[in-house]
Amino acid sequence: MKRTFIPLAVFVVLVVFLWVGLTLNPREVPSPLIGKPAPAFKLVQLHETNQVIAPEHLRGKVWLLNVWASWCATCLQEHPLLVELARQNIVPIYGLNYKDQREAGMAWLRQHGNPYILSAHDLDGRVGIDYGVYGVPETFVIDKAGIIRHKVIGAITLEIVEGKLLPLIKELNNG
Amino acid sequence: MVKELLLSLLLVISIPFAQAGEAVPTNDDPVLEKRVMDLSEHLRCLVCQNQTIADSNAELAVDLRNQVREKLKAGQSEEEILKYMAARYSDFVLFKPQMKSSNWLLWFGPLLMLVGGAWLLMVTLRQRRKLQLQAPVLSAEEHERAEILLSDKKSAMPENSAQKNIGQKNIKDQS
Repeated sequence: MKRTFIPLAVFVVLVVFLWVGLTLNPREVPSPLIGKPAPAFKLVQLHETNQVIAPEHLRGKVWLLNVWASWCATCLQEHPLLVELARQNIVPIYGLNYKDQREAGMAWLRQHGNPYILSAHDLDGRVGIDYGVYGVPETFVIDKAGIIRHKVIGAITLEIVEGKLLPLIKELNNG
Repeated sequence: MVKELLLSLLLVISIPFAQAGEAVPTNDDPVLEKRVMDLSEHLRCLVCQNQTIADSNAELAVDLRNQVREKLKAGQSEEEILKYMAARYSDFVLFKPQMKSSNWLLWFGPLLMLVGGAWLLMVTLRQRRKLQLQAPVLSAEEHERAEILLSDKKSAMPENSAQKNIGQKNIKDQS
């Protein structure tokens, strides 16, 4: 009697695996950078061309690094959320203006609002490669010690902000 | 027949030339360019995930090829470059999967299943043989008794049905 249940059990296990597989997003490649120090860079700022920005300037702060570009349609989708986050002064947001023309990037911010304390200008996308960027927008949560704690690939949504980012930022700020 | 054979031979011969549509090398050093393309064959383009960065003309693929070219020029080994890419974009970029503790199950799972299946088959066959050996061997006397019993059953059958019929008749008569 027991024996007849074995094929059924195997079938159920298979169904569960396939079901879980259906809910996964193959476009989301888990970043190997999580838990590792944010890669160092030194880039010219988007607005102040005679000043540079480097992640080590931000030690001791929990901050977001948001990769954006004026040519990126999905960035526009998440932009109001970033502006709102900045307005509420919840977390400092720094931008990485990825493979964008300086003029176009600045015009885009003038038009849609600028949530960034400042943006680094990554014209050739070299820093983007160091951060494993492959689909703009991407958002990194970086802790006080400069460790990447979380990465959002694609546009952030209200659910992601409320469900993941805000609790994480709170936890990191207390830690 | 000969014509068809010749035609298929021609097709086989033409395979190496069929890749002419790939991304065009941009460097004048053909040896370096060949190394870049060979290594690029081993790296997945994360924008169009089923293509290598050698096949793809997505902007990121072009950037990554440039990165590969630069690193080869700087004298880095193929292995170092693959490591560099995997550190940023996870093992998913490697088209040739590596063997490491986190994916042993993938590598050896099929073998495990084969061994498990063979074991199950052996156990089942052994059990079956045991059952066959244990099957009761009847003496001549027992054979006779069994025959009588079996034939008894046969002769009893019509009797039973006859009784049933009578019973039904009685019920019908009463009504």
